[in-house]
Amino acid sequence: MAIAVRNLVKFYGREKAVDNISFDVKTGEILGFLGPNGAGKTTTMKIITCYMPQSAGSVEVDGLEVATHAHEVKRKIGYLPELNPLYLDMNVLEYLEYSAQLHGLRGTRLRERQREMIDVCGLGDVRHKEIGELSKGYRQRVGLAQAMIHDPEVLILDEPTSGLDPNQIVEIRNLIRRLGRAKTVVLSTHILSEVQATCDRVVIINDGTIVADGTPGELQRNFRGSETLTLEIKASVSNPLTDLLPKLKGLPNVENVELRGSEGSVHSFLLHTVKGTDVREDLFRRAVAEQWVLLEMTRQATSLEEVFHKLTRTEQAH
Amino acid sequence: MADFKSDILNRVAAGTKNIWPIYIKELRSYFNSAVAYVVIVVFLAFLGWFYASNIFLLNLASLREMFETARWVFLFIIPAITMRLLAEEKKSGTIELLTTKPVYDIEIVLGKFLAAWSLIGFALVPTLVYYLIVALHGNIDHGPVLGGYLGLMLMAGVYVSMGLFASSITENQIVAFILGIFLIVVFFVLDKILIFVPSYLVSIFEYLGTDFHFLNMARGVIDTRDLVYFASAAGCMLYCSVLALERRKW
Repeated sequence: MAIAVRNLVKFYGREKAVDNISFDVKTGEILGFLGPNGAGKTTTMKIITCYMPQSAGSVEVDGLEVATHAHEVKRKIGYLPELNPLYLDMNVLEYLEYSAQLHGLRGTRLRERQREMIDVCGLGDVRHKEIGELSKGYRQRVGLAQAMIHDPEVLILDEPTSGLDPNQIVEIRNLIRRLGRAKTVVLSTHILSEVQATCDRVVIINDGTIVADGTPGELQRNFRGSETLTLEIKASVSNPLTDLLPKLKGLPNVENVELRGSEGSVHSFLLHTVKGTDVREDLFRRAVAEQWVLLEMTRQATSLEEVFHKLTRTEQAH
Repeated sequence: MADFKSDILNRVAAGTKNIWPIYIKELRSYFNSAVAYVVIVVFLAFLGWFYASNIFLLNLASLREMFETARWVFLFIIPAITMRLLAEEKKSGTIELLTTKPVYDIEIVLGKFLAAWSLIGFALVPTLVYYLIVALHGNIDHGPVLGGYLGLMLMAGVYVSMGLFASSITENQIVAFILGIFLIVVFFVLDKILIFVPSYLVSIFEYLGTDFHFLNMARGVIDTRDLVYFASAAGCMLYCSVLALERRKW
């Protein structure tokens, strides 16, 4: 069950919330939809779930255009809206029953799904409680259970972990990963570690446009600037600045070397290397040839966080 | 032909099957909260105060006085039960849950309408006691009683649809309440201000007034013109509610 978004545009009055974005979600994939608040994530999700129509462009879920086949599309989608709205005066069982009924489930099938969701989402202890009495973590589980009650092939989750404490975040994340194994999942967030932990692919959106699209690994590689290596060398030289530094600088692909400090015969350096190259092998051979002892050599990869900041901040500048 | 007929029936069934769960959910929420009991108690208290306390003094073998009291209580009690129906869903965001499920907007509106209308029906059930009292003590004419109850329910249906419409255009329950009262009162007084109306508009104003049709029915005359009026007024308001609900798509 794939989702194809093509040249999607959404205006709120005169304001353009989503500006010509296109992306695909493949069957069985977990897509992370990343961006600062107000970037257009929620708007895009509301269009995919048929809550409101687009101004232009097309969104197809399993080959069905959402604007014209809303009813069929809604059947295939499980949706957890932003801020997880719930009927606070209903108890958990009632609410799940209601959600199931609205998806056309009746009788034994309904009971079966209801039991399964209570089980999977760990709601057994609170099933007779009013939703208004539940903690935020439990409410989130109820929201997920509600979204999954009809066993949909597509799950759209708008900030499923917002407002939870770190333990709850881990729980919900595991739940999503477990539930999402056989499903196509689109998950929006502004928390980066979440994307790294749960998603197969990331789409970064800013100001209504897509600024990056790829696997977390790809994004890290593509947006890596000059890479840095932390280096600790043990060598009996009188002055590391004249005896070691020029030799390190002479290695291919090394842009710059800084001496961080020296303690006896142990000297630490910071090497800046050219983007996309790996100097560790050359460095090792040089060390062997010069009879240095390498005590430490650590590569500092750009985190997704840096990628995100780089992409969204430069965009905001203009 | 038979196929065609069953096709239409299937479609209607597919397009209305969610009314029931929505109806039950709303009714349950009335009775789980204090709303249902407060409405029923207040309604009966007003009737008791203004009608039942005089039931023997009036010495009339009819329920006309009760019906006339009830329709005044409706003016404010109905907007009170309809104000939250859609406004609350919009405020809390649950409308997004509801409308992203395979449910037609008309099903949402009808389910909620029927729930609030039924609540009025429940509030009317205890008034049968008055019927028993009067019927036991006098020679009651059953026509006006039947017409009165029917007229009261139909008028309540129109008021509920007005209240629901008021609730559909705002997310603030207080605004929905006041707007609901306003709409209901306007249609209630239309046939009472005829002296201020140019003569060529009199019959139109009269026909548009809810009370005019109710009073017709309470006389025990069940005329299709009145039935058509009630059905079309409620239908019109419900249609407007559906449009207001769809406004998110504009």
